[in-house]
Amino acid sequence: MSEAAAAPVAGPRPPRKLYRSSDGRWLGGVARGLAGHLGLPVIWVRLVFVGLFMADGLGALLYAAFWFFVPLGVGGVDAQKPPSLVTTESSPDGRRRLVTRRPDKGQIVALLLMVVVAMIFVGNVNLSNGARAYLWPTVLVGAGVALVWRQADNARRARWMEVGRRRRTVTLLRAVAGVLLVTAGASGIFVLRGSGSHLGSVLQAALAVLVGITLLAGPYLVRMTQDLSEERLMRIRAQERAEVAAHVHDSVLHTLTLIQRNADNAGEVRRLARAQERDLRAWLYKPEGNGKDEDDEPTTLAEAVKRNAAEVEDKHGVPIEVVVVGDCPLDEGIGAQMQAAREAMVNAAKYGGEGGAVQVYAEVEGRTVFVSVRDRGPGFDLDAIPADRMGVRESIIGRMERNGGTARLRAVPDGGTEVELEMERAEKTS
Amino acid sequence: MSEPTEANGTTGPARGAASAEPDGEGRRRVRVVLVDDHRMFRTGVQAEIGQTEQTGVEVVGEAADVDQAVTVITATRPEVVLLDVHLPGGGGVEVLRRCAPLMGDAERPVRFLALSVSDAAEDVIGVIRGGARGYVTKTITGTDLVDSIFRVQEGDAVFSPRLAGFVLDAFASTDAPPVDEDMDRLTQREREVLRLIARGYAYKEIAKQLFISVKTVESHVSAVLRKLQLSNRHELTRWATARRLV
Repeated sequence: MSEAAAAPVAGPRPPRKLYRSSDGRWLGGVARGLAGHLGLPVIWVRLVFVGLFMADGLGALLYAAFWFFVPLGVGGVDAQKPPSLVTTESSPDGRRRLVTRRPDKGQIVALLLMVVVAMIFVGNVNLSNGARAYLWPTVLVGAGVALVWRQADNARRARWMEVGRRRRTVTLLRAVAGVLLVTAGASGIFVLRGSGSHLGSVLQAALAVLVGITLLAGPYLVRMTQDLSEERLMRIRAQERAEVAAHVHDSVLHTLTLIQRNADNAGEVRRLARAQERDLRAWLYKPEGNGKDEDDEPTTLAEAVKRNAAEVEDKHGVPIEVVVVGDCPLDEGIGAQMQAAREAMVNAAKYGGEGGAVQVYAEVEGRTVFVSVRDRGPGFDLDAIPADRMGVRESIIGRMERNGGTARLRAVPDGGTEVELEMERAEKTS
Repeated sequence: MSEPTEANGTTGPARGAASAEPDGEGRRRVRVVLVDDHRMFRTGVQAEIGQTEQTGVEVVGEAADVDQAVTVITATRPEVVLLDVHLPGGGGVEVLRRCAPLMGDAERPVRFLALSVSDAAEDVIGVIRGGARGYVTKTITGTDLVDSIFRVQEGDAVFSPRLAGFVLDAFASTDAPPVDEDMDRLTQREREVLRLIARGYAYKEIAKQLFISVKTVESHVSAVLRKLQLSNRHELTRWATARRLV
């Protein structure tokens, strides 16, 4: 239908496809699109349409045909146009994009002209009295259809342009208004055909037609929406897969390479494998599906315990198993408890790491936060440590007591040491 | 009934009484089926525990997906199945669902022990509610795994520290009133036992700590397992029914 020949233009320019303009359009963007395509001012094109409209409504037909068959595009008006119109610039994809737009006088002029011409048209059309009556319902139907189409255009446009996105209610209102107009017009025609007394049967007939159309087109429409949602789902899946692949690619492969390089160094291999395992777990099992950055400061107890354990594990090469029950935000006292717990983990890794994994358990119960760090090493006697050695006494016991908590160290009957730290949470401010 | 050794799925090397050595009464045999979709892992487990002379474990079958698992388990009627949580064809839960009649068999019940690398509570709680008698992580040592297998064969429950943590979380005091007073609450004692498991204690150590017998510890753990499987607590049902996208 778009057989409008490209006007010969001065200067070498890439051939353009004909698009309807989605910017600064008044109805379907046909005139603006054509104007852009032909390199003419919009107002001329609109005038031509108006003129054609006089010719027994040929303009309206043409316009509707263009609207129906020409795809919606962006921009459309040539850059070499009167400054009262749009300014466009080339975007990377070759389509010209609207940059600034001043109120378009052409639109207003065209609108006024349209109204005037419509009046003349209605006045001049040589119709019999009976046919004359159909005119207004027909106009109503046309207006309704135009509204709905325009809405569809907007929806399509909103999909690839983030600008000009209106609220849903407006969208809905527009569509409803269009449908109402069409219904009113159609009913008008039917009522005219018969008379008011037949309105009931007319509505029934209309309903029957509607149901029929729904039955015919329904499956097709349903299938189309299903296809669309399926496609969207596939896209999301593909995106997720790409994310996983990227992650695996970046970190896991890297680690595997390092492991191969350090094959002779058992400690380093173990450390690398553990670190990678932690990273992967954090990434897989975080509620939002991707791990937080390593640099973020932990804000909750569970995060803090896991972070500390991970760092100690990395540094000393002893696996640390962490179990956390419940969670709470960190406050000053809990922060001190975390530091003490970290110290306990370091000791457990250093002196008790021979006996296997260190087990860390943290629990929030009501207002009490309890942390235990347990190793299966040779055990350790606090009294046997000279008084001038400050490690455990200061950094674990002293620190806890200064902050109003308690610390207990004890030897586990079957070997190993356990450090138990208890701290009350600060009063909730919430 | 031999005195059970103290392993309970903690990750660590052998500690104390190793079941790998036949004790006074001569270790019973246990027939095991391995269900895991990773061939490398199956091979590794087979190498670690399949030395029947030393461990008393006889691997009678292997399977790599749900259908295969059901077929092999039905054909070989093992005493214990080592079941991976993530399996093609519906996961470990599906295997449990289809083997339910075998589990309930009065004469020769087939018992399941879940193994997984998963950290997701719903995965773990899901297989327990599906009927598995315990859950251990794949980092478990061969010795501990053998102990766990015998424990499951005897009808006891095997809780790793992580599972204990999940259970404590699930039964944490909520404002919601319990639907069933007996099933929706853990007793103080059960809570203490679970806490010690989560802290890395072996059953024997728990017994010493709480001044009770190992048998009593086991009965507490079994009671918790039963509650876990039967309770309708909101958290449990949510966990059990949650379907992950990944």
